[in-house]
Amino acid sequence: MQQQHIIPDAGQITPAAPGDSIPVVPLKHPLRLAIAVVLILVALSAAWDVAVNKRYHWDVVASYLFAPQITTGAGLTILLTVVSMSVGIALGTVLAIMRLSANPIVSTISRGYIWFFRGTPLLVQLIFWYNIAALYPVIAFGLPFGGPSLVLGSANVLITPLGAALLGLSLNEAAYMAEIIRGGIGSVDKGQYDAARALGMNGSQLMRRVILPQAMRVVLPPTGNQVISMLKGTALVSVLAISDLLYSAQIIYANNYQTIPLLIVASLWYLLMTTILSFFQTKLERRYGRGFDAAPRRTRRSKTRTIR
Amino acid sequence: MNTAMVEARGVRKSFGSTEILKGIDLRVERGSVTCLIGPSGSGKTTFLRCINHLEKVDAGRLYVDEQLVGYAERNGRLYEMKERQTARSRLTAGMVFQRFNLFPHMTVLENIVEAPVHVLGRPRSEVTAEAQTLLDRVGLGNRGHSYPQELSGGQQQRIAIARALAMKPKLMLFDEPTSALDPELVGEVLDVMKSLAEAGMTMVVVTHELGFARQVSDQVVFMDQGVVVESGPPAEVLGSPHHERTQAFLSKVL
Repeated sequence: MQQQHIIPDAGQITPAAPGDSIPVVPLKHPLRLAIAVVLILVALSAAWDVAVNKRYHWDVVASYLFAPQITTGAGLTILLTVVSMSVGIALGTVLAIMRLSANPIVSTISRGYIWFFRGTPLLVQLIFWYNIAALYPVIAFGLPFGGPSLVLGSANVLITPLGAALLGLSLNEAAYMAEIIRGGIGSVDKGQYDAARALGMNGSQLMRRVILPQAMRVVLPPTGNQVISMLKGTALVSVLAISDLLYSAQIIYANNYQTIPLLIVASLWYLLMTTILSFFQTKLERRYGRGFDAAPRRTRRSKTRTIR
Repeated sequence: MNTAMVEARGVRKSFGSTEILKGIDLRVERGSVTCLIGPSGSGKTTFLRCINHLEKVDAGRLYVDEQLVGYAERNGRLYEMKERQTARSRLTAGMVFQRFNLFPHMTVLENIVEAPVHVLGRPRSEVTAEAQTLLDRVGLGNRGHSYPQELSGGQQQRIAIARALAMKPKLMLFDEPTSALDPELVGEVLDVMKSLAEAGMTMVVVTHELGFARQVSDQVVFMDQGVVVESGPPAEVLGSPHHERTQAFLSKVL
């Protein structure tokens, strides 16, 4: 059913109207207060311990925080995340639409892809791509069943460690994104299809202009999760000897044995990057939430109201 | 020339093993208003959706503006239309739905402009000016930049009518346009529909608003269990129905 979305002034909900002045005693929460105090004390003492414990070697952390190897490593981590995520989302969208296709072969292929790439460990997939030359020494474009082909070169040369990492991460991500996007598409009201078709839209216009933009609202929060887990998941590529953030830190502590401080350096960078990503996620969610709930706008308005 | 806008001959439609339409024969003259009435499950909505090819006709012939819906007839065979042709042929009719189905992620103006720009490929500035005129016509000239959810049901339905009209259809289909509305909002939508009828638009309306049917329509069609039981001028069908199923239905509704 359709509801009227005209919400009365939030400021009107006052305990007593002016004129009838019965004093209102707010309910007290002594237990809540006590728990809060205890928790603050625990947090403070933990922070204090971390700060003064010499074995953390904060001086080492500080000296390596902006070391060139570390910042380049962080750059590579970002590159891996951005490229794999972009390819993953694009391929995932295609797979999601294939999965929903009326053609049983098409949807089965998509289902099989998702089954395979979600069902095997990412680490195994990465090592597999890294060693692809063992299966296919030469990479070539050609016709099937032994037809003529155009040889591109040796797999060992073409599939660099970075290439293997990007392949592994992207193809794996596509499987997860496909399921997320399929869920998003499924969440759009069926009436939207009728309305778009009645206006003369064909299948691709319907998807691009009407269904996908609305699916975004549902797709974004889990995608944000995926981006963050991808950012940290790139640490797995250190097994392929790619100098991402973690591998760079590992190289340094392999030499100076300052394991913990360098792991802290890496963690601080991961934290910084995930924080920035979460910020953009919130922005995007607001952008695609437009028209569904006027919440963002109202919150802003009601804030000024309480200040007044 | 006096060809009908909609002509149905023995139209049948099944969902799985249930036959919803069991041979519908119907004529809708150009410039006329036809109201389809009947109990729920009688197939009114399905028939309306067939006119716009939102449902595929299984058997029989359905012509809209002299075009066979969904099929091309060549050498005594029916060839199913390609998706693009179907999309084209839907442009003849505009459709208004029970639950409005406005695009929630677009503003009112964007909703109206969307199809003329992206389906017909017309220039946005020109279409926007027309959209504003349409909004004024349905009495919502100042709500162009609102999102659908910020509007009442009655307002949303009037926007939906404007959106359909922006495609300049020859025929308007209404699928229970007031059934999802609070009673006090029904009037404003019916008023817009009345003015549309007075302007000479051909309309097919599935409705439970018998007052509207009596006042505005040229033809009332009573459907029950997938067949047309009775049709004719409103005074006849609603005032002195011949068939006892019509009488039974009207006695329950009135």
